[in-house]
Amino acid sequence: MTSRNPKIALSNVGIVIVSHSPDVARGAADMVRQMVGDVVPLAWCGGAPGGGLGTNVEAILAAIDQAWSEAGVAILVDLGGAETNSEMAVEMLPHERRARVVICDAPVVEGAVMAGTEASAGSTLDQVRRTAEELRAR
Amino acid sequence: MTLSATGNVRIEHEIGLHARPSVKLTQLAKTFDSRIEFAASPEGPWVDAKSIVKVMGSKTPKGTVLHFRAHGQDAQAAVQALITLVERDFELTS
Repeated sequence: MTSRNPKIALSNVGIVIVSHSPDVARGAADMVRQMVGDVVPLAWCGGAPGGGLGTNVEAILAAIDQAWSEAGVAILVDLGGAETNSEMAVEMLPHERRARVVICDAPVVEGAVMAGTEASAGSTLDQVRRTAEELRAR
Repeated sequence: MTLSATGNVRIEHEIGLHARPSVKLTQLAKTFDSRIEFAASPEGPWVDAKSIVKVMGSKTPKGTVLHFRAHGQDAQAAVQALITLVERDFELTS
């Protein structure tokens, strides 16, 4: 399950939220939308293809595509498979896109809001990741 | 040439500088080139207004008098804009 993102051609870093639970992913995306606004490309995915909890590479690839920005995409993940499947998805990206996608080592909900706020200011992908990961250092 | 500006404003928003107000304040601060900081006291400690993690981490409650200081070409405009944002309850309806 993935979100639809009507926004195209935005120059800010995009945010992708990957959770085992579609409800968590959708809810985290709602928080980014309502707190940060519409200026950040945003997509989410979560849940197993047949329903239930899980993540899968195809849905993550689709979400990266939806949130794509020339400035890059920052992925926020929850647990275990969300991270390893995201890593696999990144490896499967076309070569020219691969270097512009990062997986943030940050809590999924809080990290998404922090990353989204940073991205909304036109910050670079590296700045967006550092802001999300700053949560861990506090 | 570097310019400096200061100003202060009392937070009247019901929940203080929490999640949504913090995002609004940080987003506005980031539209200026100047270095911008705020503190709950003129003696500090000063918080980087462009750092969402630090702004949200400040957990500044309602009733706090926020002291702003900015350094840079657009320092004056930055302080004025931030004070206006706080006066308008961060442009939030709840």
